[in-house]
Amino acid sequence: MNKKQILKRLLQIVIVLIGISFITFALTFMSPGDPVRNMYTATGVMPTEEMIEETREELGLNDPFFVQYTRWLTNCVKGDFGKSYSLNKPVTELLLSRLWPTLKLTLMSMFLMLLISVPLGLISAIYKDKWMDYVIRALTFLGCSIPNFWMGLLLMLAFCVYIHAFPVISSSGDFKSLFLPALTLAIAMSAKYTRQVRTAVLDELSQDYVIGAEARGIKKSRIIWCNVFPNSLLPLTTMFGLSIGSLLGGTSVVEVIFSYPGLGNLAVSAITSSDYNLIQGYVLWMALIYMVINLLVDVSYRYIDPRMRLKE
Amino acid sequence: MKKKNVFLQNKTFVIFSVLAALIILTAIFAPLVTGGADPVKGVLADALLPPSKEHIFGTDKMGRDIFTRVIYGARVSLSSTFAVVALILIVGTITGITAGYFGGWVDAVIMRIADMMLAFPGLVLALAVAGIMGASIKNAIIAIVAVSWTKYARLARSLVLKIRNCDYVSAAVVTGSKTSHILFRYMLPNALPTLLVTAATDIGSMMLELAAMSFLGFGALPPAPEWGYMLNEGRACMQTAPWMMIFPGLAIFVVVVVFNMLGDSIRDILDPRDE
Repeated sequence: MNKKQILKRLLQIVIVLIGISFITFALTFMSPGDPVRNMYTATGVMPTEEMIEETREELGLNDPFFVQYTRWLTNCVKGDFGKSYSLNKPVTELLLSRLWPTLKLTLMSMFLMLLISVPLGLISAIYKDKWMDYVIRALTFLGCSIPNFWMGLLLMLAFCVYIHAFPVISSSGDFKSLFLPALTLAIAMSAKYTRQVRTAVLDELSQDYVIGAEARGIKKSRIIWCNVFPNSLLPLTTMFGLSIGSLLGGTSVVEVIFSYPGLGNLAVSAITSSDYNLIQGYVLWMALIYMVINLLVDVSYRYIDPRMRLKE
Repeated sequence: MKKKNVFLQNKTFVIFSVLAALIILTAIFAPLVTGGADPVKGVLADALLPPSKEHIFGTDKMGRDIFTRVIYGARVSLSSTFAVVALILIVGTITGITAGYFGGWVDAVIMRIADMMLAFPGLVLALAVAGIMGASIKNAIIAIVAVSWTKYARLARSLVLKIRNCDYVSAAVVTGSKTSHILFRYMLPNALPTLLVTAATDIGSMMLELAAMSFLGFGALPPAPEWGYMLNEGRACMQTAPWMMIFPGLAIFVVVVVFNMLGDSIRDILDPRDE
């Protein structure tokens, strides 16, 4: 990617963000839940009709749609996503405080995923159509079909209730409480990733240079470690980047199961208490992070694959 | 005789379509399978009983038989999953064919919306949509359809673009065929097989997404029996009654495996690439 392409992508990100902000804002505008009422019930006050009307006026909730939307959008651009109705704190502050735990969980599960899927994928490709390959393929198939929240509950049952090796509630954020949620996410992803590793390695193995090297009597293990494996890393980077992005958004179910204090958990509680500012802030931030990661992955090709630089 | 050969050659397809049919029949004839037990009303005296001869999957904290609820749950899960897949297929096909055939600004608008949806982790938006509109199966279905149709739209568009400039299409235009005729007689039949195969392989993952939504409390409402929500209830009683979460989860797992295998075998039969 050259500079012009990167600029174009950045522009695209801005357009998509505006579109998403419009959709989420329109949705919350049309929604049946009443944030003011929720705000009062959260603090334990039984509000009168006048109080509600007054607060609505104060928060600007009685203005026409486009007035509210542009006001909100200009504030967002300035970095101010408003206040969370239910938690009575600035949205940006809340999101930032939860970002690190989710990031930790994401990185940990990516690490576990690589630990599981790369060796399995390699073995499966090298011993193609042998029993090991069949076992691994069957496992990946089952892994794709198992609901990750059930997997999480089963792991919890086994390791927290029966063996007491890990805490049931992972709110402290240390390694022990991080491990099971990360493992749950890693198992689900490994199932897909192992297949991808297998395909990528098989693709490389069928290249002519492998036959050439074999014909010259170079050891198979040397070919695999020095040529095939490094070459098959490129297609894997794309998937790696994409899965970081989808993980950041897809952790909510697992976070809820393990009561992990991350972004996903925050988002779910925001949704149940119709905390619009928080939902909108969360959705926009997630979209931004996801797209920036995808852009970085695309840019990184330039450095990983010299051919990309030659093309330009 | 040719037909028989096809079936003999595709054993996995036969086995898993029979299993899928069995699952669907179980859901339809749920009252017969469960012997007339009520999935919603329970006997409080029988609460949290472990699996036994009378209640083979045990009972939940309201004293309801879990086996009955799992069987009835198949109705909700299957019907909502099929609804999602059918809706995505319809919406995606219509928008995709329209975008591909007409091109120009119609194409630009539809595809930019599709790009927007793709630039985004789907479940996040689905959760937001379902949460904002309020929890119900209907809203969960709408939310998943809203974020998943783009895949089919892109596919349908690319399939239409492939034949858009074929001679026979141009001939139809020149001889004055109506646009609707071209769309239904040429574009749709060409795009449909691939789209249907994709839909078949997506049944399993859509079922998982719906169950996840219900698990988080944005889908089925209690006391309706639904697997995702049952798992949610089971989570609270995990230490005392693990059977409450084991069996609904197992049900999702088994059904998803069957439909995934079925989808894969349909794709293997129809996809010429593997030959």
